[in-house]
Amino acid sequence: MRQIFTVFRKEVTDNLRDRRTLMSALLFGPLFGPLLFAGMISLTLERSIGESVEALRLPVSGVDNAPSLMRFLSQNNVDIVDIALTMEAARAVIDAGSEDVVLIVPDGYGEAIRAGKPAVVQLVSDNANSNATKSIRRAERLLSAYERQLGALRLLARGINPAVINPIAVEDVDVSTPTGRSIMLLGMMNYFIIFSMLMGGLYLATDTTAGERERGSLEPLLTLPVERWRLIVGKVLATCLFMVLSLAISLLAFSVSLAFVPLAEVGMASNFGLPVAARIFLVMLPFALVGAAGMTAVASFTKSYKEAQTYLQVLMLVPTLPIIVAALFTLKPTLSLMLVPSLSQHLVITGLMKADPLSMVFVVVSFASTLGIGLLLLGLAARLYRREGILG
Amino acid sequence: MIEARGLKKSFGKVQALRDVSFVAPDGKVTGLLGPNGAGKSTTLRILYTVLNPDAGTAVIDGADIRLDSMGVRRRIGVLPHSAGLYPNLSARENIAYYGRLLGMQDDALQQRIDELAGLLELEDVIDRRAKGFSQGQRTKVALARALVHKPRNLLLDEPTNGLDVMATRALRELILKLKNEGICILFSSHIMQEVAALCDEIVIIGGGRVVAAGTPEALRQSTGEQELEEAFVKVIGSAEGLQ
Repeated sequence: MRQIFTVFRKEVTDNLRDRRTLMSALLFGPLFGPLLFAGMISLTLERSIGESVEALRLPVSGVDNAPSLMRFLSQNNVDIVDIALTMEAARAVIDAGSEDVVLIVPDGYGEAIRAGKPAVVQLVSDNANSNATKSIRRAERLLSAYERQLGALRLLARGINPAVINPIAVEDVDVSTPTGRSIMLLGMMNYFIIFSMLMGGLYLATDTTAGERERGSLEPLLTLPVERWRLIVGKVLATCLFMVLSLAISLLAFSVSLAFVPLAEVGMASNFGLPVAARIFLVMLPFALVGAAGMTAVASFTKSYKEAQTYLQVLMLVPTLPIIVAALFTLKPTLSLMLVPSLSQHLVITGLMKADPLSMVFVVVSFASTLGIGLLLLGLAARLYRREGILG
Repeated sequence: MIEARGLKKSFGKVQALRDVSFVAPDGKVTGLLGPNGAGKSTTLRILYTVLNPDAGTAVIDGADIRLDSMGVRRRIGVLPHSAGLYPNLSARENIAYYGRLLGMQDDALQQRIDELAGLLELEDVIDRRAKGFSQGQRTKVALARALVHKPRNLLLDEPTNGLDVMATRALRELILKLKNEGICILFSSHIMQEVAALCDEIVIIGGGRVVAAGTPEALRQSTGEQELEEAFVKVIGSAEGLQ
């Protein structure tokens, strides 16, 4: 135990003194993701929110014929453009595509309203023009809303409860969260979290194996009365520590940067505060062992520092694959998926972020299975270290 | 005392050691002499247990390398061919790392490091990071590291490689000092003069075999040559790889 701790302490001290390690492990790695992610997410949100808030531009011919309709439209965020157009002229304008939709209020409108007869208005649009669909729908919705309002008033004026003409009240119960986009975004966020962990351990995994050999410090180390598995465990634990530090920094950065982003708009719990961050931290914890032991095992194979870095950079992409698959096929969490490291963390964190946490059994299976696979990889790394070829 | 018995080792099709047997007694400096590629490093690596022999074995102060490699490692200090330091650690920390792994307690360890710093004239640099050390300084620190637990057997693989004249002299004096303390010293070299100046016993290796062994005097007599170098050339069969 003492020997393991000695190795652990030495590797931590050694790497804490290396500026390059610190920069990549504790600065670049953990901050790159949160910054990029927050920037991207707020751009997407700005665009989608911006659209619905923007006033609907609606050219109206015969504004004076319907003052109260105009008032209603103005109150509902419609930018009324007063123009005089005949039906033919309106058609031409729509055909040319210079306006999405035009409203014509004929001269007889006021009279018909006063007489309690259906008053005709014409909404000119090109339904085949998909760019205009949004504006057309909005105009239609507003007009029918006004119609219902008028109708209800008329019934009231005649002493009838307006509810009698609504024999059936359909309530839309929408159980979907706006997931389509959020699954992609969550997948990205989860990968950034994993990425920052792996970045945190990358330098240690190479330095403690390939680096040690290249420096020529491995051979004297192996002549000490220390079993090799103890050396590996100490080294992997040091790598784990850096990965966990990087994870913590990354989550802190996420919780700070996302505090400025309206997450609820994309279907994530809007409270990516410290409690959620702390839970994500716990969920990710066993992945540190998988990453550290996996990277150490791969680095043990390589002949030089450079070769190790090349392989490890490829290896860092591996945890993305299950996340991409999950995003493409919208995988629902099942117990067997919880056995897969990176995928299980992704699903558990997705649940947390959507304020729809998975059952504790899933979380425990994810934790235990990832830890188990981490221990297997650690065993593999220790085995690789026992080879004579380790000296290169 | 180190006793090698019939060591054999192959790497793939290359037979590095065909038959290596010799004895390196306590209180003596034994030189493993041979041209490049003769099998000196492989022999030492087997003795300090990072390689396993295909056949044969060796016993160091009663511990068998095949049966008790941990026991062997506790009994030896090693300066391998490439004895790298950790550049981000000070000389003291480099040595202390090994001391702790060898189970030494902190007080005794720091005391021992100061002692070694005095012995190896490292006082000025002992608390400096190893990053900018000269080759001579690096070798000295690596040697201090190998000696931290006062091993009774010292294995050095071409220790004077890359050292200047002054550093070589200092190393030579240190080896003699350790010898007088009764330590068994085994070192490899391909430099004739070095071996001649230091060794009480010489083991000449060529082509993976011990081709001759004995005191310098005995070697000269058995070959009938007055100069050790001539004796060497005679037993190896060529002057190849000699300096």
